[in-house]
Amino acid sequence: MKLTNRSKHLEKKPMTLAERAYLPAILTGMGITLKHFFSKKATIRYPEELRPIAPTFRGLHVLKRDEAGRERCTACGLCAVACPAEAITMVAGERKKGEQNLYREEKYAVSYEINMLRCIFCGLCEEACPKAAIYLQADKMAPPRFERDEFIYGKDRLVEPVDPNARSKRGIQLTAEQAEALARRMAGIE
Amino acid sequence: MDISALTSVVISWQSLVILAVFGITLLIATYSTYAERVVAAFLQDRVGPDRAGPYGLLQPLADAVKLFTKEEFFPAGANRGLFVFGPCLAMTTALMASAVIPFGNTLLLNNGEVVRLQAIEVNIGMLYVFGVVSLGVYGLMIGGWASNNKFSLLGAIRAAAQAVSYELAMGMALIALLMVTGTLSLREIALQQYDGLWNIVYQPLGFIIFIVCAFAETNRTPFDLPECETELVGGYHTEYSSMKMGLYLFAEYINVFVASAVMSTLYFGGFSFPGEHLLYNSLTSSQGELFAHNVVTILGTVVLFAKIFFFIFFFMWVRWTLPRFRYDQLMRLGWTMLFPIAILNILLTGAFILFFGSKEPKREISKEAVPTEVRTVARR
Repeated sequence: MKLTNRSKHLEKKPMTLAERAYLPAILTGMGITLKHFFSKKATIRYPEELRPIAPTFRGLHVLKRDEAGRERCTACGLCAVACPAEAITMVAGERKKGEQNLYREEKYAVSYEINMLRCIFCGLCEEACPKAAIYLQADKMAPPRFERDEFIYGKDRLVEPVDPNARSKRGIQLTAEQAEALARRMAGIE
Repeated sequence: MDISALTSVVISWQSLVILAVFGITLLIATYSTYAERVVAAFLQDRVGPDRAGPYGLLQPLADAVKLFTKEEFFPAGANRGLFVFGPCLAMTTALMASAVIPFGNTLLLNNGEVVRLQAIEVNIGMLYVFGVVSLGVYGLMIGGWASNNKFSLLGAIRAAAQAVSYELAMGMALIALLMVTGTLSLREIALQQYDGLWNIVYQPLGFIIFIVCAFAETNRTPFDLPECETELVGGYHTEYSSMKMGLYLFAEYINVFVASAVMSTLYFGGFSFPGEHLLYNSLTSSQGELFAHNVVTILGTVVLFAKIFFFIFFFMWVRWTLPRFRYDQLMRLGWTMLFPIAILNILLTGAFILFFGSKEPKREISKEAVPTEVRTVARR
């Protein structure tokens, strides 16, 4: 019984001799794979090669200093409030006498931690900051680590160094024991 | 026995050739694992392993270290003796086959010694190869059965059934080739193609049957039913780990190498290449017969390896192009297509020989009592 006019007539012809012999189809397929053999490879060899990053990319955070090299952050906590992932914690403190060259305002962040496992890199902290202190860098990412607590970035790894050239050298911040252990391991390998 | 006579037997050039054949077989099998991964990657627009050493060339070494340091696992209820014996048998039979393959003509030394570039010359070389290669399936069957695992057993049964079905068509394809060449010696067959056309010209259909069966014999895709990861976990080697697993995989690559070498020898002229007579004649006039003969021999060996490498690449190329056959399709292809076509091929070959005469003149040559090496030199 025909219910609608939308049914399609399917033809199921018996296979021709060439189709049943498989070989022509196999040769066509092998031609296709051979074309791929010589085609450009899609692989990016990661540590040596990097995927191109957009100039507006939101990568690893940095806590900026002003022209005089003083930390801009006043620990107002607006970034922590703005953070949808609740990745930012800070402890505020009062600037002591003689620390004027270190901190721009009278109040500063004694500790400032971002948990990179929680952070979703939305950039809302950057927008919330009234002091232009926190930015997400376009050229730097939070690298993979082995331990969870290594993902909690403190001020040691967030604050911009005084010397701008030192930035590129800033890698994974190790504790003294970790650095010593690494040095011992490297000495063993070489 | 005189000690110097003894050493001259043990450390003769011929024994060096035997060692070289053994070593080269292992080396090529080792690097086939690397080549497989690189070819697979290239066919899929990737770059493959490139971390261990320059271009990843130390990858086989890293793989071997990994396999050796893995746990030696014995499944509960396995027949321990046979469980170990299986991979050993697979490896041994695979290695044995390369002994009779002629990797080149002869080298003539200054002291009149003649060195064959072949481990052993037997006049039934072709039968030997196929006898030994079909023994290889026992390695799979024993390993699969001894594992005490249903997947392994299924893989083993498939391997056996597949070997039986495809060896038949393969043997038939060879009979047609035999009718053309008139000899079972691989060396003779290779030398015959020195003078005339390669056997592929006389046996195109036979070659197609042979190569399809070779894929089935070496358990390569599209006929890798015995291991068949998607249905049988790992097939006959499901329960294998460590270097026992490595031996199975290694045996497969040695089989691929041997199959490639046999195909190049039987159908693609072996160590002969176009223009060798021209080269021989011009070198003889300028440098002397000895030098010319040796240069042509070495070039011939290089050419043979080029052919072998092409076929190894071909095996991999097919593997990464075609999906696996279903079991019933495999059996149907073997019994209802390849087998009748192979018989038809024999009939056609017979008819051709009857009406157009066989491919001579080597028939009367091979009846002479002159050793092959001398004959080829004399024939030029």
